[in-house]
Amino acid sequence: MRTAAFVSAPLSVRVWRGGARGAFASYDVPRRASQTVLDVVTHIQRHLEPTLAYRYACRVGMCGSCAMSVNGVPRWTCRTHVEKVAGAGRLTIAPLAHLPVIRDLVTDMTQFFDKWARAKGQFHGNRQRDDDVAQVRPDTPARRAADAGIECIGCGVCYAACDVVGWRPDYLGPAALNRAWTLANDVRDVAQRERLAAVAGDAGCHACHTQGSCTEYCPKRLSPTAGIAGLKRASARVAGGGE
Amino acid sequence: MTQAALEARLWVAQRHSAMLLAVCVVVHLGVIVYATRTGLTAADLLARTRGSGIVAAFYGIFVAACAVHAPIGLRAVAREWLRWRGHSLDVACVAFALVVLAAGGRAVWAVTAS
Repeated sequence: MRTAAFVSAPLSVRVWRGGARGAFASYDVPRRASQTVLDVVTHIQRHLEPTLAYRYACRVGMCGSCAMSVNGVPRWTCRTHVEKVAGAGRLTIAPLAHLPVIRDLVTDMTQFFDKWARAKGQFHGNRQRDDDVAQVRPDTPARRAADAGIECIGCGVCYAACDVVGWRPDYLGPAALNRAWTLANDVRDVAQRERLAAVAGDAGCHACHTQGSCTEYCPKRLSPTAGIAGLKRASARVAGGGE
Repeated sequence: MTQAALEARLWVAQRHSAMLLAVCVVVHLGVIVYATRTGLTAADLLARTRGSGIVAAFYGIFVAACAVHAPIGLRAVAREWLRWRGHSLDVACVAFALVVLAAGGRAVWAVTAS
């Protein structure tokens, strides 16, 4: 009985409307079983506020496009159940922090992905199409380290959770550095020196305070913190060798 | 030296100096507890420290570790909070390191010179 009553009580939802300057608008949304935050936003857009802008694609935690700030915490909304985050029946949904707001819940991810490029997040191999396929043993320490961070979906949750990004907008951020770390452990990649130089420079891995917010909030349970620590050690080894 | 190499070396210097400081602070706190619990006067303390090579070496290392560690941390704070960048910041941090070294060295000299 108690559960049924809880589910039937409407949610009180505040949603950010506007760009960088805007305000929260309030809506009442009916509760449903197994309802996600993305379901709530979709209900508002389809039934209450047709002009509400938000972004999503896969709805199953693969594409990384639906991340928003939910009650002050960055989350992937398609996999965040209302029941877990709206204990008092209230939700405040805002665009991700540290990114320019285009409109409502949609942020401009340009700087986020530009930083992946700045961190040399592209794979650089040296094999040609006629060469044999590289043999990479999955049980080597390097491959294990790469695998530990490889499942990033680029949702931007870690970026929004990182205080250093807020303090230093030029900081590369956890996602770009995590990507660099996976490539730093890819034995096929031939741009290791360039990548370490890119991530160890001003506003790179050494700007990280190891507060661990990225790891705390990563929906894929990755640890960018560990990857950034690895980049610090790797760059120190190279710099210690006089390079 | 490239910016990346500088940042990496400063990171190593700060970590290594932090390790030294951890030991130094624990020993220093132990000395304070010992001195206060046993009711040593300033004169008693100076009688023990003056001419002591061990005390001079220990606190000399302590001061050196501070002179390395603190300016690197302040450099990061200045870059985050003041948006201060470039050569002028590095010069200022080196100057601060020298001030810490001079002030700390003078204090060590004052209590250990016989």
